[in-house]
Amino acid sequence: MTVQQPRVNTSPDVSEEVRQTTCYMCACRCGINVHMKTGSDGRKQVAYIEGNRDHPVNKGVLCAKGSAGIMQHNAPSRLRAPLRRVGPRGSGQFQEITWDEALDLAVSWLEPLRKTAPEKLAFFTGRDQSQSFTSFWAQNFGTPNYAAHGGFCSVNMATAGIYTMGGAFWEFGQPDWDHTKLFLLFGVAEDHDSNPIKMGIGRIKARGARVIGVNPIRTGYNAVADDWVGITPGTDGLFILSLVHVLLKAGKIDLDYLSRYTNAPVLVNASEGPEQGLFLRDEAGKELVIDRKTGKPAPFDQPGVRPDLHATYRHAGVTHRPVFHLMAERYLSDDYAPETVADHCGIPASRIRAIAAEIARVAFDEAFEIQQEWTDFRGETHQTMVGRPVSFHSMRGVSAHANGFQTCRALHVLQILLGTVEVPGGFRFKPPYPKPATAHPKPHCGVKPDCALDGPHLGFVHGPDDLALKEDGSPARIDKAFTWENPMSAHGLMHMVISNAHAGDPYKIDTLFMYMANMSWNSSMNTRGVIEMLTDTDADGEYVIPRIIYSDAYSSEMVAYADLILPDTTYLERHDCISLLDRPICEADAAADAIRWPVVEPDRDVRGFQTALVQLANRLKLPGFTAEDGSAKYQDYADYIVNHERKPGIGPLSGWRGDGSESGRGAANPAQLDRYIENGGFHVSHIPDAALYYKPWNRAYQDWAVGMGLYDKPEPYLFQLYVEPLRRFQLAAEGYGERQPPDHLRARITATMDPLPIWYESDQQGNAGFTVNALTQRPMAMYHSWGSQNAWLRQLHGRNPLYVPTKLMRENGLSDGDWARVSSPHGEITVPVMEMAALNENTVWTWNAIGKRKGAWALDENAPEATKGFLLNHLIHELLPPKGDGLRWANSDPITGQAAWFDLKVKIEKAAPPDGMSESQPAFAPITSPVGTGPKDLKWKVGK
Amino acid sequence: MEGGQMTELPAQTDRKMGLVIDLDTCVGCHACVISCKGWNTENYGAPLSDQDPYGADPSGTFLNRVHSYEVQPQATGAQPAPAAQLVHFPKSCLHCEDAPCVTVCPTGASYKRVEDGIVLVNESDCIGCGLCAWSCPYGARELDLAEGVMKKCTLCVDRIYNDNLPEVDRIPACVRTCPAGARHFGDLGDPDSDVSQLVAARGGMDLMPEMGTKPVNKYLPPRPKDRIEDQIDVLAPLLAPVAEEPTGFLGWLDKALDKLPGGNS
Repeated sequence: MTVQQPRVNTSPDVSEEVRQTTCYMCACRCGINVHMKTGSDGRKQVAYIEGNRDHPVNKGVLCAKGSAGIMQHNAPSRLRAPLRRVGPRGSGQFQEITWDEALDLAVSWLEPLRKTAPEKLAFFTGRDQSQSFTSFWAQNFGTPNYAAHGGFCSVNMATAGIYTMGGAFWEFGQPDWDHTKLFLLFGVAEDHDSNPIKMGIGRIKARGARVIGVNPIRTGYNAVADDWVGITPGTDGLFILSLVHVLLKAGKIDLDYLSRYTNAPVLVNASEGPEQGLFLRDEAGKELVIDRKTGKPAPFDQPGVRPDLHATYRHAGVTHRPVFHLMAERYLSDDYAPETVADHCGIPASRIRAIAAEIARVAFDEAFEIQQEWTDFRGETHQTMVGRPVSFHSMRGVSAHANGFQTCRALHVLQILLGTVEVPGGFRFKPPYPKPATAHPKPHCGVKPDCALDGPHLGFVHGPDDLALKEDGSPARIDKAFTWENPMSAHGLMHMVISNAHAGDPYKIDTLFMYMANMSWNSSMNTRGVIEMLTDTDADGEYVIPRIIYSDAYSSEMVAYADLILPDTTYLERHDCISLLDRPICEADAAADAIRWPVVEPDRDVRGFQTALVQLANRLKLPGFTAEDGSAKYQDYADYIVNHERKPGIGPLSGWRGDGSESGRGAANPAQLDRYIENGGFHVSHIPDAALYYKPWNRAYQDWAVGMGLYDKPEPYLFQLYVEPLRRFQLAAEGYGERQPPDHLRARITATMDPLPIWYESDQQGNAGFTVNALTQRPMAMYHSWGSQNAWLRQLHGRNPLYVPTKLMRENGLSDGDWARVSSPHGEITVPVMEMAALNENTVWTWNAIGKRKGAWALDENAPEATKGFLLNHLIHELLPPKGDGLRWANSDPITGQAAWFDLKVKIEKAAPPDGMSESQPAFAPITSPVGTGPKDLKWKVGK
Repeated sequence: MEGGQMTELPAQTDRKMGLVIDLDTCVGCHACVISCKGWNTENYGAPLSDQDPYGADPSGTFLNRVHSYEVQPQATGAQPAPAAQLVHFPKSCLHCEDAPCVTVCPTGASYKRVEDGIVLVNESDCIGCGLCAWSCPYGARELDLAEGVMKKCTLCVDRIYNDNLPEVDRIPACVRTCPAGARHFGDLGDPDSDVSQLVAARGGMDLMPEMGTKPVNKYLPPRPKDRIEDQIDVLAPLLAPVAEEPTGFLGWLDKALDKLPGGNS
């Protein structure tokens, strides 16, 4: 019988039009091709989404979430119109109102505050990507109370990186994927940095490079790592310093690099007194080193200087020792020997040595050269660029501990000792980084009624004088950022805002204004407590936090707790700029920025949040938004993106400025957005070849960066192995200086703010009997929870059992599907368990924010997310257990204030047979949905 | 009809188009799963429907799914067993040479294409009887509950020859989107093709060869893991201390600094 094949049309039309914009379902910000077809209503609709091959971030690939964007865009949980609360807070009872009514209502609350006490507005944006704009708005409103979500995310990593070397991982930089031969990941949850890390790992594994994953949980990237180090949570710093110990002892460090490009040779005052531990400087303020040629002190940047790492200097009765001296003294100690730390870290000493040896082998035996001449900041020309092909990447896993800042510092210092930062094969910065702490603003908190704030809210402190304190020494900010409790809180402390506002500590506020921050659910520690704070009333029956304005695109749990809802658009319906002034999307080889634009118009009465902010600013006549004649400078966010200038010639977008031929600097170009759209939604400026590496010290890079408007002038600097600002806080705690910490903080400041990396155990008071580490991560397919529970993705990750290691399963007589009571000093949950072998034997974990509240996200009340799903947040408090001293101690890093999510310790016990118990506990009452629930069936096909 | 076969397979196909999936680099991100869902909902045949998508028991049609398996390597000798591993395993139709899903089809709706070996379902002839899904040892076929027809991987037959796509995009959606580069597409009947070379170099394997289906798709096995301590004898000299005492370290430092370019020696 002859096979009769049907005819298949192998060349169907793919779409009528492709519109290129930027994804927005996580912080990755990939370029996407949105395929449009005419739908049954005669309008162009989104038919298919794929990655944009030309885009610098994703180069064509796209993750599951990005590909599921169509389900995010049509989600039934989308808010439809502005809402005014009509029932009690938390009931979910709202009335739809018009935008005019909504903006008038907001202005009626905000205008009196601005005229009398601007600090009574607390404006915090969650997982936003327009912080340079939202901070500009808050600055012009005049409140000091502004920050984004960094404080509860990864501020330790970012801040430690900037103080140490002028940048950290992810948006700050990337491994040199083209050349690296050994790649070590520390504490990288499987969702983090999404596509670029997956692409990079795929590339380096294809050519046989080794990947080492350090993580208590072996999923995602750690599952494909060649070697897995299932470390005890919170001990990464100790492990890293042990690697430092072994490498230092073996002399496997890059002395040339250390002497030229770091403060290893800088002289430190070694004599007791108010200058102890500070750098020796010349009259111009330049740090001094001993020049090996003359044996005499010289400024570090003097042409021809050969900085010594060893020689000490005695002058006027004071001894000065180079930083490297102090480091050798500390890290050669057997306190850091592998045998000393092995048990604590849960890593055999032999393994620590083997990893150190492999690092040494690759960094030094596999060193290579790129034939590329370059000139350093001292004017010396080098014929080649020397590569050390070891690279590192790290994120929240090491960061979200109360010792996270110093752990992140340790990791940055390890890279620098090896000489692998900004060299071929190592870690490379992406513009506008590198940028040292000294080139960033300092925090500002100068409030005057009816005026703009005296400068940017967030920044980097260099000593006690830069703290955000009022004249009486009390915190100027509601979140107590930049105070003695957490002096270097460069991203603010979003997780403390509601708690402090409710306590009236340091003062009471009137209006809490939030964006994309699910504070009554997964974005808060102590979820039930936060719900109570949001709904608590005073003796007069008024809410303790009087007014809450919230903006979100979706019916999240937080919606029910606001008084006024400003509904945002989906990511395909809006203008945005992914700006060099903000969180950039650059590559190590290029500066890049991008836009979003409405590839479809909203079919609901919603507005992009940033446009709503412009409209509020115009009604409030905020200074930065109002022209001299009193007219509005910007009509909407698109107008702002094109026409705003942060400095003359520098605006939110760097491409096609002026007449369209200028990049970086140039006048506003009214056709700029059109040019971005024509180019696929992004702009790239390539870095010249001679400027590709050694960026902090490379004259060609510095000059290019000035030309691009990234710097005002060349700013070469030394990597700060020793961070002098930390020492300034210690000196204050020792009693030196005018601005003094409260007595109860002196010992902690002295102990934790060491100018060289240290490791210390986080505060374990109250943890007696709670011995199991408990962690969370988001699944790769659902990086970030801000965009609804997607119909396709929830079929992949609609359940979140507690994953329990084999040993703890056996010890507690547990089997898959059993229920366990998990308790912490703060609370208790009862949840389903599942065994997992590829897991640190004393760690449990679950997927974060799969658990949803009944009534939220347009899900059925019987959805597994609302019945079996759960949050670990109930077990974590924003405050440490009371110490009996009458004080509130935050569950945060004492240096940056980063929320210490991963310090959680629990106890796990098999729960009584689940007699009638079909739901995880605690179970919350349903909230009324403002949008109803989604459809019963989906057959999403736009074309015929 | 002979030998109980209801629909015939071609004696041979001109090419053997298929996928090579690298289990060493698959991070289990499901990008391929959803990209496939998106493309095939909008394209070939009926959309891939979802039932109860926002409800208590959501389920839908997927042509490609990723399964995850924990693997516990055996202990060797006196050494304790190495750490458990997690392997991500994407699975879709393997476009078998001896595809039982085709021969079992009572209406001829299931067929294997002569020109490239792709196994397809002609939806207009499919009666949704489910015999093919029952016969497939890999569970690679799914009956769409809304349409009542059998759905399966088409290897994006409407992409790979599509004149409306740029040439570089004429690959299956799952391959185009895979962030880790763990999916490869090509002619496994041509020993010189990139995919055949990759299979040869990496020891690519058939899935369940004992079933006799001769799958075209191949899997590249994970590289051995957790071997770093095995090298310590070789690596140990790298860690020889430069000096036993701290003062000795500084002596080493001086000498080492002298050896740097521009130094004293």
